[in-house]
Amino acid sequence: MKTFNRAMDSTGNAIYKFSRNKVSVVGFFMVLLVVVVAIFAPVLAPYPKSAGALIDFDNASKAPSLTHLFGTDIEGRDILSRVMFAFRGALVMGLGVIAMIVPLGVLVGLFAGYYYGTFIDTIIMRVTDIFVTLPALLLALAVASLGRPSLFHSMMAVAFAWWPYYARLTYSQTSSIRNETFIKASETIGAGKRHIMFAEILPNCLAPIFTKMALEIGWVILMGATLSFVGLGEQPPTAALGTMVSDGAQYLPAQWWISVFPALAIAFIVLGFNLLGDGIKNMVSTEVL
Amino acid sequence: MSLPSWLAKRLGEAVIVLIGLSIVLFCITRILPGDPARIALGPRVDEAAIQALRKQMNLDKPLITQYFLWMKGLLTGDLGISLLSRRPVVTDIKEYFPSTLEMIILAVIVQFVGGLGLGLLSAKYVDTWLDGIVRIFAYLGIATPAFVWGILLILIFGYWLPILPISGRLTEGLVPPAHITGMYTWDSLLHGQLGLFWDSLKHLILPGFALAMGVMAQAARIFRSSIVDDMEADHVYAMRAYGVPENRILTKYLGRLALIPAISVMSLDAGSQFANAFIVESVFNFPGLSRLGMQAILNKDLNAMGGILMLIGGIFVLIIILSDVIVAYLDPRTRLQQSG
Repeated sequence: MKTFNRAMDSTGNAIYKFSRNKVSVVGFFMVLLVVVVAIFAPVLAPYPKSAGALIDFDNASKAPSLTHLFGTDIEGRDILSRVMFAFRGALVMGLGVIAMIVPLGVLVGLFAGYYYGTFIDTIIMRVTDIFVTLPALLLALAVASLGRPSLFHSMMAVAFAWWPYYARLTYSQTSSIRNETFIKASETIGAGKRHIMFAEILPNCLAPIFTKMALEIGWVILMGATLSFVGLGEQPPTAALGTMVSDGAQYLPAQWWISVFPALAIAFIVLGFNLLGDGIKNMVSTEVL
Repeated sequence: MSLPSWLAKRLGEAVIVLIGLSIVLFCITRILPGDPARIALGPRVDEAAIQALRKQMNLDKPLITQYFLWMKGLLTGDLGISLLSRRPVVTDIKEYFPSTLEMIILAVIVQFVGGLGLGLLSAKYVDTWLDGIVRIFAYLGIATPAFVWGILLILIFGYWLPILPISGRLTEGLVPPAHITGMYTWDSLLHGQLGLFWDSLKHLILPGFALAMGVMAQAARIFRSSIVDDMEADHVYAMRAYGVPENRILTKYLGRLALIPAISVMSLDAGSQFANAFIVESVFNFPGLSRLGMQAILNKDLNAMGGILMLIGGIFVLIIILSDVIVAYLDPRTRLQQSG
């Protein structure tokens, strides 16, 4: 395997380094737990029907017990099962948005950085400047409110607000690598622009991009939860963590479990990804200079 | 490059960015949602009323003209009529801005003092249990969204240990102080009404903390790691050898250097604080600008939305420039680099 990327020099070495840091390993297992639960939710959830529209007033508003570990909500749905199914939406949001914005942002940044100092560069960077000026959450809120609320719309809104940061990161990497000797050498022997951008510059930018990706999946999920807290994400009866928190807020403090457990679940997911991302950052950055 | 010309350059860039932002917001509030007039009036109104509103909102003119009319309004302080409250947007903003301002001021103080204080403590007692607790708190604080903090704080201090109020700005029945700045805490202080001051302050504590937690954790973490990174440096060993007390090393030398990334982070996070304020104010039923903005967004009140978002964008830009100035003051290297 072509090891032009110094960071990923030896996979075994990287895994060893990662496992040395206990906190990151914890993060890895937290994320693993979330992913497994999300994929196998229909099998793992004790009351899979709770994830949809279920009315069971006999069991409504029960405190956490052995039969319902997280209690039930006012319609009688088991909160643990709903949280498990809600993980799916959260992961789709996190991974989906990242999958959209990273290629787009990186391409734009690569392009702008390659043409560093020219008109193209200035225009692209001013555009990203504009996006960076407004807090991402507000931009996402504003855009998400424009269409009919759905998971897809909120993903689009978050992607719209977030892609510029990847463009800027790639731009700063590209523009500093661009004037290195080996790039000039490639240009001299006649390498085409596409080859230089994708085969020479891009592999050397990958390390910070991966780090950012890993760290940010958590934030994207957080933003998704915030959007659904306000009602702009998945609509009921689909289970979504933010929606569950806001629905349950009116029943504080008596039926505190309706809000608190989804809230803790959000923190759990974000924390897991944060720790994992920190671990990846350590793993990648100690290899590179 | 000297400070005034550097400042002028930054301000010039800021103006360009704000113009670009206004274009983006204009697109969002006028072009994307379809017909703003129809959205404002609802589906059951007849055609004549919609046409009348379109004329009033200048929607029948070409887009470029609309844009310039909006910009002119922005610069003269006329942001249009709020489609929800039927009052000028500027009036709404002026009414609700002070309350958000006093909450954010409290949050900034808390996160500054708390974040830097915790970071310093944690660095001083590095690798002890105190350090461990602060680090755990930092991780949790960063991972937990502001509205979750809000709900937890409501639960803990509003119900289980009911010592702090959880909604509104003043307890029922109390009369707000006569208007000087609009901020209840300052006005009541200026009037000498200490009871009122304490009451309004109490109402600010929970929302302010909910807002501050995330940034406080972040700042503590960065401050701590900057200090710890430097603690084994040669110049620090030299100072210890000379007998400089450890506390002075920490605060005067290491602390000042570590302030730079901490302040950068805090100012960048200021933007997300404005955004989080939207949610926190809704959770605490706090009648502030952010809740107004949130309602504007959710109810598609396009005039108010555009005006408020533009205002926030402008404030954010100013904050970034301010923090750059502070960083330039703290770290002469950035100033000297500019002339290179």
